[in-house]
Formats: sequence, structure tokens, C-alpha cells
Amino acid sequence: MIPLSWYLIFAAALFSLGLYGVLARRNAVALLMGVELMLNAVIINLIAFWRYIGFAGMSGQAFAVIVFAVSAAEVAVGLALVISIYRRRNTVVAEDIDMLKF
Amino acid sequence: MDAMQFVFLAVAAVTLAAAFMVVSSRSLIHSALWLVLALFGVGVVYVLLNAGFFAVAQVLIYIGAIAILFIFAVMLTRKVMQDTGPQQNSNWWYAALVAVGIFASLFYMLNAWSGFNTPLPALANEAGLISDLGLAMVNTYLLPFELASVLLVAAMIGAIYVSYTKK
Repeated sequence: MIPLSWYLIFAAALFSLGLYGVLARRNAVALLMGVELMLNAVIINLIAFWRYIGFAGMSGQAFAVIVFAVSAAEVAVGLALVISIYRRRNTVVAEDIDMLKF
Repeated sequence: MDAMQFVFLAVAAVTLAAAFMVVSSRSLIHSALWLVLALFGVGVVYVLLNAGFFAVAQVLIYIGAIAILFIFAVMLTRKVMQDTGPQQNSNWWYAALVAVGIFASLFYMLNAWSGFNTPLPALANEAGLISDLGLAMVNTYLLPFELASVLLVAAMIGAIYVSYTKK
């Protein structure tokens, strides 16, 4: 029998790895990969709390569906922005993208 | 240690190792492929949590759509950032410090919470979970569900508009 704490520790570790990726990587596409890892950790937390504490209702799963949709929208717009910047500036390095108007 | 615990520990170890490779691999294509493995491990965790719908959605949406989108983006922007040169910025040491600090403080705070070691409660109607979710999405959570679809359409139109090049 797996206690709730295992899922929470696993999700916290996954979130921290994603956070490291967001803060440390230079490539903008790699930053978005880190964001995906963090969102997955959040969804694990939502579903684990639903299964262990709120399993009488469906609030946790409904919330997780919304997070799924938001993360799909986020990655679509994010990658479109990266490709647009690449076409105009010929770079995908996050620290070189430091102007609001090209 | 029973079979469920063994499966969880093995999946968690593989997923965390894959996630570490995602953030540390030099080649971005390798990062994207490790991301597929990490997302698949998270899908197995959903199965362990009796959330079958999310396991299927994980494979269809994350692995089938998002990871492929990442691979497309990496291949479209490959020319300027080859696999040589530093992949981490100069502040990576602070980033590692912040990540470890966040993990340690999360662990500390969760450890102080009384429900941290809640045992697994038995599910009453395991077969009806997906239909329950579907009913909840069109009854109680109808407005957020419709808002999510509006958000997806807006994101799709926005992504096309942003990446469209005028000839």
C-alpha cells in the first residue's frame, strides 16, 4: 500500500527538476520542456489528493482536466513565439532575447 | 514491500532519471526524447492512482501531441544552436541552489502536515469513475469546461497568427 507521502515527494522532486531546467537552460525550447515537467508534477499532486482525500467527488479530476488544456495551450503559443523569434532574430537563446520591439 | 510499492519506486526512479536527463542533456533532440520517457512514467503513475482517463490522455495529448511539437520546434530551430557550446547559462549554480531549496522546503512543510501519511482509501465504484468524470464535466464544471475549449481555440488562432509569415 502506497501512502500519500510518496506521491507528494515524487511530485516535489519532479517540480524541482523542472524548475532547474527553466532557470538554468539557455535554449528557449528547453525552458518550455522544464515548464512541461513542472505542470506534470502539479497534475500528479491534484490527482493524488483526489485519490487519497477527495475521492467522493470529482473536483480533483475536473481541475486536472483544466490544467491539461491550459498546458496544451501554453506549449502551442510558446513554441509559436520561439519559432517567430527565430525567424526574426535568428536566435533561440533566452538571454539574447532582451528587447520588447525588434 | 508489496508489488504496488515496487512498481511505484521503479517508475519514479525511471521518471526522475529521465527528467534529470531532460534538463541536463546537451543535445536538444535527446532532451525531447527523454521528455517522452518522463511523460510516459507520469502516465504510469496516473494508472497507479486509478485515474485511467488521465493515463490515456497523457499518452494522447502529452506524448502524441506536445512531445512531437517539441521535436518539430527543435528541428526547426536547430541551425543556430548546435550541440556544441554551453547549454546552461552562467547562473546555473544559483538555479540548482533554488531548485534544491524549493524541494527541501516543500519536504519540510509536507512533513509537518498531519495528513502526510494518509493510507490509501478503498474506492467504492471503480468501474464508474470515467463516467462520473464525464458527468461532472457537463454538470458541475460546465463553465470551466467550456472556458477551456474557448482557451484552446484562442491559443490555436494565436499560435497560427504569431508564427505566420507574410509573403
